[in-house]
Amino acid sequence: MIINHPLLGPRDAAEFIYLGDATLIDRPDPTAADAAEAFHEYGYIRDNIAGKMQELWYHEQGDRSWLVVTRDTLTHEITDVEMARDVARSRGRST
Amino acid sequence: MRYSALRILKEGLTGNKGWKPVWREPEPKPEYDVIIIGGGGHGLATAYYLAKEHGITNVAVLEKGWIGGGNVGRNTTIIRSNYLLPGNEPFYELSLKLWEGLEQDFNYNAMISQRSILNLVHTDAQRDAFVRRGNAMFLAGADAEYADAKQLREELPFLDFDNARFPIKGGLFQRRGGTVRHDAVAWGFARGADSRGVDIIQNCEVTGFDIKDGVCRGVETTRGAIRARKVAMCVSGSSGRVAAQAGMRLPIESHVLQAFVTEGLKPVIPGVITFGAGHFYVSQSDKGGLVFGGDIDGYNSYAQRGNLPVVEDVAEGGMAIMPMIGRARLLRSWGGIMDMSMDGSPFIDRTHIGGLYFNGGWCYGGFKATPGSGWCYAHLLAKDAPHPAASEMRLDRFRRGHMIDEKGQGNQPNLH
Repeated sequence: MIINHPLLGPRDAAEFIYLGDATLIDRPDPTAADAAEAFHEYGYIRDNIAGKMQELWYHEQGDRSWLVVTRDTLTHEITDVEMARDVARSRGRST
Repeated sequence: MRYSALRILKEGLTGNKGWKPVWREPEPKPEYDVIIIGGGGHGLATAYYLAKEHGITNVAVLEKGWIGGGNVGRNTTIIRSNYLLPGNEPFYELSLKLWEGLEQDFNYNAMISQRSILNLVHTDAQRDAFVRRGNAMFLAGADAEYADAKQLREELPFLDFDNARFPIKGGLFQRRGGTVRHDAVAWGFARGADSRGVDIIQNCEVTGFDIKDGVCRGVETTRGAIRARKVAMCVSGSSGRVAAQAGMRLPIESHVLQAFVTEGLKPVIPGVITFGAGHFYVSQSDKGGLVFGGDIDGYNSYAQRGNLPVVEDVAEGGMAIMPMIGRARLLRSWGGIMDMSMDGSPFIDRTHIGGLYFNGGWCYGGFKATPGSGWCYAHLLAKDAPHPAASEMRLDRFRRGHMIDEKGQGNQPNLH
């Protein structure tokens, strides 16, 4: 698989570490009343999508940026690559 | 029809005209006591033990494609019970004991060969860990044997003992481990279940669940609706897709694992050998091909095919312990889809939906578990209580903090 890095261009997927579903960006509020349940879901339960999925990849052997890669788990086709920080900010995260 | 040497002789003398198909192709009935979703090894084993051990024969096994076409026909055929943790080891030892009597039990030649498995040791710390694992195996009634490098040099002289980076310092044997002809396991269980009245329905995909007021009363399929008192998911690899139809989210990701076989060679590798410093395991089939594999690719996939970086990684692992295989040509490689769970261990449990049961999360260790999984799942379905050997394999164990994490990797499925 080739990941088209927004800053570095096409890179071999072997340079990256795979973390998982990009919903991991949305960390639950640890001070909320239901935090224990929310963190159980966050830590252990997954959608495990068959089809287009947004995922977090870390460019460990490159510029060490986190990317959000949109990839089809049925075909391995990659259709979109964004910087994870841009995705996080667009969802309202400050850092 | 009972198979025996006498039968082969008789059929051979009468033109082999007496052999019959070993299972029927029935139309689905409108209602069953138990529906098992998934005609793989585990599903067929479950049906077999439900009928044989519990007398529950009004059972259907629904298979989307053909039976045995998934992971039971894609694995590297290894059986063993060399686990460490108390939530796992008694279960896998139960499974290995069932393997040992399986061919006589279901009267089918599965070519079970207890040719041993050896986990190589490359560091002092690893030796300590493996000796500890051997002791844990003894506690569960399994066999284990630590061999030092001197013994291994005599027994397996072809290993690269003096490798500069990964010297071989010893290894943990389980002599009762070995290999099996995997397709025959599916066929043997199917034949045994069918002959006891179980309907094996192929080309029948489950497309939905009939759930009302928190109780599952049956399934929708491509061959019509079928009602059942109990519905048992048994589709490891595709658990996410099937469970989603019941509105369930699971502590599982689906990943692709590749396996490889070389051209046929003369006998060179006597048992199963695994690399201790990377991920590589190899055995030699009765046809002579070296059957081997390594790590999963590491990203979510339902594609049943992997990518080249893992091919290279697996080949490097093989070359690190047995450079002699470097001249062997690869004949085939393939991929299968694994339910990778959050702690690397499986589930055999009820769900929060009444009448709906779950078996999955087998990671890439499901084949060796086939008879044990069927045995324990049948027990759960028949008695509505977990089998003692599978009592920790629960879906809610993460919520309770009772993970069964053999590798201590935490909730990162691609590292298990």
